[in-house]
Amino acid sequence: MERSANVYRYGLIHVEVRKVRKVAIIGAGMTKFARRHFKTPQELVQEASIKALEEAGLGYNDIDCVVIGSAPDAFDGVHQKGEYLFPAMNKPMTRVFIGGATGVMVPISGYYHVASGMCDKVLAIAEEKMSQARPHPQAVFRYIWDPILETPIGPNLLWIFAMEMHRYMYAYKVPKEDIALVSVKNKANAADNPYAQLGGRITVDDVIKSEVLVWPVNRLDVSPVSDGAAAVVMVSEDVARRYTDTPVWVAGVGWTLDNTEWTGRDLSYNRYLEIAGRMAYKMAGIERPNKEIDVAEPYDPFDYKELMHLEALQLAPKGKAAQLVKEGVFNRDGDLPSSPGGGLLGVGNPIAAAGLMKVISLYWQLKGTAGKMQVKKPVYTGVAQAWGDLMQASTVVVLRR
Amino acid sequence: MIRYVPKAKYSYSAGQAQSVFLNGLKEKKILGTVCNKCKKVYVPPKMYCEECFKPTDGWVELKDEGIVHTAIASFVSWTRDRLEEPIISGTIKLYGSERDYVFPGMFHRICTTYDKVRDMSIIGAKVKAVWNEKRVGSIEDIQCFKEV
Ligand SMILES: [Zn+2]
Repeated sequence: MERSANVYRYGLIHVEVRKVRKVAIIGAGMTKFARRHFKTPQELVQEASIKALEEAGLGYNDIDCVVIGSAPDAFDGVHQKGEYLFPAMNKPMTRVFIGGATGVMVPISGYYHVASGMCDKVLAIAEEKMSQARPHPQAVFRYIWDPILETPIGPNLLWIFAMEMHRYMYAYKVPKEDIALVSVKNKANAADNPYAQLGGRITVDDVIKSEVLVWPVNRLDVSPVSDGAAAVVMVSEDVARRYTDTPVWVAGVGWTLDNTEWTGRDLSYNRYLEIAGRMAYKMAGIERPNKEIDVAEPYDPFDYKELMHLEALQLAPKGKAAQLVKEGVFNRDGDLPSSPGGGLLGVGNPIAAAGLMKVISLYWQLKGTAGKMQVKKPVYTGVAQAWGDLMQASTVVVLRR
Repeated sequence: MIRYVPKAKYSYSAGQAQSVFLNGLKEKKILGTVCNKCKKVYVPPKMYCEECFKPTDGWVELKDEGIVHTAIASFVSWTRDRLEEPIISGTIKLYGSERDYVFPGMFHRICTTYDKVRDMSIIGAKVKAVWNEKRVGSIEDIQCFKEV
């Protein structure tokens, strides 16, 4: 597989993990994702947390530490959202935030809370309630740009994706019709997901003929704006062995942040994700990801993003992921199922909660409790991933049963 | 529903590097900083090289020309209102760097047609800055980048 020529020049992989404890996920919970939830952000968090604790067989009193992740405060419209969302009741609590990559940073943070030996039982939560922003959550993104050089041009968040998508299409000669197949696949997969907002059968033609938002992005290339919360319970090995016969282990974690200079970066390939992926794979002892990963949950806020992320995660050669989608490789009954639960495109995109949803979908696959979403092949190892900020951040988790 | 319009306003500092850059725009010049150790040219300029973690070594003037790296046509405004005529923008890879993954680059409007964005012929095209007559030291001193 082709490697990015410069990858070892920057950063990387000085992280050697030794003498850390094993960490398992033993419970997961989610609210249904919806365009507009009647529940408050706090009520969403409670619902997901209670479900996760119930599956783990623990009460909140048993929890040592709490990790919470949420994207910009401006979405919910409440500042200091971490503190607002969850009454930790005098337990240590950490809020993590790394833009769209936050949702997978939550279990990464939960991981090192436990792996380090500081906590035995961690409740890790992610939440977003995007429907409260008026007139549209899109306006909230005005303040993520460089205020002097970028904001005056009038960008909205869709522009980031359109710019990446078009460069990707240009660099690898990938037609829009092939990219649309990802949207078709994921929305069909979501039809079997009880938590999904937008599952269903659509065609490539539906995507191509949907409203042009920012060319080359049409409305059905994009995941829906959502409200929702998700939570997992992460514990040390001895706790895991006591509470469950089917723990799912965190085999590797990786995360990176590049600089904000997206204006001077090749937008067809996410090098920072490749580096984060290699960090997680190395920790998990994975040398050939495309052979050793059984199921993938790449971040798919837009259809082309799933393709770029599969490539940076070394699960498809550069520019070739769309071809593999066409061949059915990433279908639920394919060789390397991708987003078998429907992904953000089908389940919904409450930013941080959506990232954790990807990890929970993977957890269900490894535990064998994915129901109708369960992939055909036996699964032992899987990868979940998120991405964000100004095209610069990536977070990766490898799980194993 | 509570209706509330935030009144928060900000007066941002341009800082050491961007101030020089903005004053350069006033003189129709695109100025970048350079790191002598790794040879990276920074546009927009930075006072320190992020790769070498040391101060940059000085200023260079770049041509106001480059290659369109990517281009888009937006039919929605930043408030997500529908636009009749699309805003066309993208990133421009400026001349002056031999590296391929990172390069001196600018984000701006591109003066071209929607058709050329759709058929991708504008990507890879050579463009040049169109300067405003009246310049005040702002990114808006450039009207757009236009095909040459
Ligand atoms: Zn340098």
